[in-house]
Amino acid sequence: MSQIASKVEHSTRSSRIGIVLILATLAVLALAPFWGDRQTLRLLAEMYAFVALASLWNLLAGYAGLVSVGQQAFVGFGGYLLFWLVIVAGVHPLVAILIAGPVAAIIAVPVAALTFRLRGAYFAIGTWVVAEVFRLLASQISVLGGGSGISLPAAMVISMAPTRQAREFEIYWLALALTVIVLAAIVALLRSRHGLALTAIRDNELAAQSNGIGVMRIKLIIYVLVAFGTSMVGALIFLQKLRISPDTAFSVNDWTAFVIFITVIGGIGRIEGPIIGTIIFFAMRQTLSDLGSLYLLIMGAVAIVVMLWAPKGLWGLIAERYGWQALPLQRRLVLTPKENAGRKP
Amino acid sequence: MTEWLNVILQGVLIGGLYAMFAAGLSLIFGVMRLVNIAHGDLIVLAAYVALMVTQTLGLDPLTSLLLVVPAMALIGYALQRLLLNRTLGDDLLPPLLVTFGLSIIIQNGLLELFTADSRKLQAGAIEVQTFQMMEGVWVGALPLIQFIVAVAVIAGLQMLFYRTALGRAFRATSDDQAVAQLMGLDTRHVFAMAMALSLAVVAIAGVFLAVRANFDPSIGPARLIFGFEAVIIGGLGSMWGTLAGGVILGVSQAVGAQIDPGWQLLAGHLAFLAILAVRPQGLFPKVSG
Repeated sequence: MSQIASKVEHSTRSSRIGIVLILATLAVLALAPFWGDRQTLRLLAEMYAFVALASLWNLLAGYAGLVSVGQQAFVGFGGYLLFWLVIVAGVHPLVAILIAGPVAAIIAVPVAALTFRLRGAYFAIGTWVVAEVFRLLASQISVLGGGSGISLPAAMVISMAPTRQAREFEIYWLALALTVIVLAAIVALLRSRHGLALTAIRDNELAAQSNGIGVMRIKLIIYVLVAFGTSMVGALIFLQKLRISPDTAFSVNDWTAFVIFITVIGGIGRIEGPIIGTIIFFAMRQTLSDLGSLYLLIMGAVAIVVMLWAPKGLWGLIAERYGWQALPLQRRLVLTPKENAGRKP
Repeated sequence: MTEWLNVILQGVLIGGLYAMFAAGLSLIFGVMRLVNIAHGDLIVLAAYVALMVTQTLGLDPLTSLLLVVPAMALIGYALQRLLLNRTLGDDLLPPLLVTFGLSIIIQNGLLELFTADSRKLQAGAIEVQTFQMMEGVWVGALPLIQFIVAVAVIAGLQMLFYRTALGRAFRATSDDQAVAQLMGLDTRHVFAMAMALSLAVVAIAGVFLAVRANFDPSIGPARLIFGFEAVIIGGLGSMWGTLAGGVILGVSQAVGAQIDPGWQLLAGHLAFLAILAVRPQGLFPKVSG
């Protein structure tokens, strides 16, 4: 009898090529301040923020099955916390971004305790109510301008970096770094034991549960982690904007509708989806934004068409057609017959 | 004292409107487990349909219901048959995301057609008529009519559900879609009828909303949230529960507004969250889900 050795492999040829391509792209992007103008940098930084937000939402909805339409609660929370820490408590903006994560994670626990009582689509609207509560509470904070919002004082802005250019570079690299960290954390999570459980939940929640996965516990962990990341991204977004108001911070359009659009178009439940989706979204925005509200109308229609006829999104189509994966996330069992001395002729 | 009585009474009466927002939502959830994110925007759409009808035909808003209700029901039937039926299944995402996309389409479509200006339906003299209930407590004719209509709508839905063949079909598909189909029910038609009925209720709610206050294309999502809160407070699947939920929400908002105008919406949301914390199945639950 020949013995068979087995091992689990993550990477495929395409994922090895993918890694090289990703590293090369990252190097080019990291050097953008030296080749891009101010406009390009702003656009790229905005794209990074959307990649991060969409990846986090994808983890939540695509993998953990927690379809939230209230993640703007945490984007706005992060933004408001940053403004409060900087303006009222005199904290350095970069430190404020670091604080925004853990504080949001703590807040997310009682929020989850309430919203997890609602199932399925009702959970979605429940999260929206929470975001509305956050927005209404934010408009009661008079030190931060109440309902009309507030700008970051010039002295605080200058404290970040002496010149405007240096500040813009700083924010650009910060946005890139934060997005890379968020993506790396998601990849690490998906490759871990919890990731396997999460993928099982994505594919069939009931089957996952009956195989001994603590579905609710994992969902809670994911919800809290996503709040952590979303809040940090939110803090960074409003540091870049230098101005915050309840309506912009807790906007369902900007931080949920666009994010869902990006994820669905790119491919929900796949790590590459949000990146592809962000590129498509920004390409559409750059070309169609002159159309005003008609552009949003087209976006809604495209999302419906994709959801009905290509529910796995663009990357899903590609991955199924060619078996590509840009990041080594799949698990493949590789079987190789062991060398057996006794059986050699 | 009478000041507070007035406040609570106003809250109860507006609760009738919220109950109508909720009834349509609850109905389709009960029959096909669909949560329609575009529900609020459809209410606003009904308001604009009524605006066009009253402006072009010179009808008063309450009479315009004779046209708006069938028009919305027709839209509902077509919407379900052509689009939403395709989304139903085990997966939660398609119906949610498709109705979310629909919400964006309706909002921006209305914005394109009617601009962002606030509109209102003029109901004439009836708008300012009031009755004195007791010393210092006044009730407007219109809010009273609105509440009575809400009660009638809920009673009507309840009757339809338990006394008619269509209601039996609704309950059968709600209990077990596969078996209902085996018994010869065309579930695609049953679902479309449920959506038509839901949008008929939406039409009534939309007209009363438009007579009562200013509206513009952006106010839909907040109406969805009010309706949803009323459904959860009342308990899933219970028609009379939605009325109770609407009234509780309305009174909470009225009391909140009386304390501080900035607290009106917040008080409603907090009442909802409190019920969710203490009694997540709602006050009068019927189905779990």
